[in-house]
Amino acid sequence: MQSLLADYLPLVIFIGVSLVIGLALLVSPFIVAYSRPDAEKLSAYECGFNAFDDARMKFDVRFYLVAILFIIFDLEVAFLFPWAVAFGDLGWFGFWSMMLFLGVLTVGFIYEWRKGALEWD
Amino acid sequence: MEWLTTVAIILGKSLLLLVALLVFIAYILYADRKIWAAVQLRRGPNVVGPWGLLQSFADLLKFVLKEPVIPAGANKGLFLLAPLVTCVLALASWAVIPVADGWAIADINVGILYILAISSLGVYGILMGGWASNSKYPFLGALRSAAQMVSYEVSIGFVIITVLLCVGSLNLTEIVRAQETRGLATLLGVPWLTVLNWYWLPLFPMFVIFFISALAETNRPPFDLPEAESELVAGFMVEYSSTPYLLFMLGEYVAIMTMCSLTTILFLGGWTAPVALPPFTWIPGVVWFVVKVCFVFFMFAMVKAMVPRYRYDQLMRLGWKVFLPISLAAVIVVAAVLQVTGWAPAS
Repeated sequence: MQSLLADYLPLVIFIGVSLVIGLALLVSPFIVAYSRPDAEKLSAYECGFNAFDDARMKFDVRFYLVAILFIIFDLEVAFLFPWAVAFGDLGWFGFWSMMLFLGVLTVGFIYEWRKGALEWD
Repeated sequence: MEWLTTVAIILGKSLLLLVALLVFIAYILYADRKIWAAVQLRRGPNVVGPWGLLQSFADLLKFVLKEPVIPAGANKGLFLLAPLVTCVLALASWAVIPVADGWAIADINVGILYILAISSLGVYGILMGGWASNSKYPFLGALRSAAQMVSYEVSIGFVIITVLLCVGSLNLTEIVRAQETRGLATLLGVPWLTVLNWYWLPLFPMFVIFFISALAETNRPPFDLPEAESELVAGFMVEYSSTPYLLFMLGEYVAIMTMCSLTTILFLGGWTAPVALPPFTWIPGVVWFVVKVCFVFFMFAMVKAMVPRYRYDQLMRLGWKVFLPISLAAVIVVAAVLQVTGWAPAS
């Protein structure tokens, strides 16, 4: 517990210091800068038009699909990390069990490729 | 009382690193503009200070004195939180980066995992900014940016796995030490030629994939679609002005520096000298580290100056249909080679 704290305390302090720097930068123009807002200045920017429609509109479902695919593959990467670190001690059994796992995922990857989940046009 | 000194020392170190990093980034920004200008036969910034050397500081002052505009339709809290999140998360990953042997704020044993986790969180700043602006360009820009960062994160993950297979540790210092003491040069019987030990040579395809994915991950040209001026004006940053905008820019450049130093640590041997013989070993490690980071950044800048922007479907195709299969195959090949030859590092 003591060594864990000693390892991670610098991390917390570092993030704290960077937070202070970021906050100082963020707040400073609200204190020192000239500010005179008006209705035109505060309207949403739309290339010279008055904004029409709501900005929170429907968007392409493929963005959603990419996010789901990302979750699968990122989890896979997260699963590979401990395996890669212990690789030298695992031997052939460890090697083949991970190859089996990767093989299953590759089948899924080929399926989604064939289904056209990766097409953007 | 003793813990108070410890905290004070850590605080001092953190401040030192952050100030050094921010000043370094001021000159990296300057270098970026100068290189870009030189490629296009322009002069670039040359007015503020001798040869324009103080340009970045003048820019900082200008940003602070500009009027901060918060659009009437925006969610104010989220709108201001987004740039802060982007900037602080980008800075946070520097806590574990060893700029020389033992010179890391926190030399934790899961360093690379920490960096991967923190850089994944970077997407939130962009999504929050795009959503909170309540305007169309930022919304579209944020969607694009999120999908792009997420796509290339996967191949970056696989590339890191190939390096980890060769090293057998998640600690960034260990990754550099492994390149110092074993590798190709040792196998060839010339252990003093550390430049051959570094992983850029045996893992060359991974080095290339990592470099290109790093460009996409940090929204650098030719993958700067989130900010494509000609179609989305400035992407998720359209509604931002003054220092909130500055924080986004700063976050972006800090992320670029993180990627440059990660390339240096994973593939170019970190702080180690290219030849482990006298005139080279006299130069301190931090100098080698900075030189290598500058070299990688020079490549970033040249790519920006020379390569035309990708189309969005090409970008997604490259990420999912080219890099993902290649890096997945590389993980299998590297693991198989290490297993067959028995080079895998056992604890």
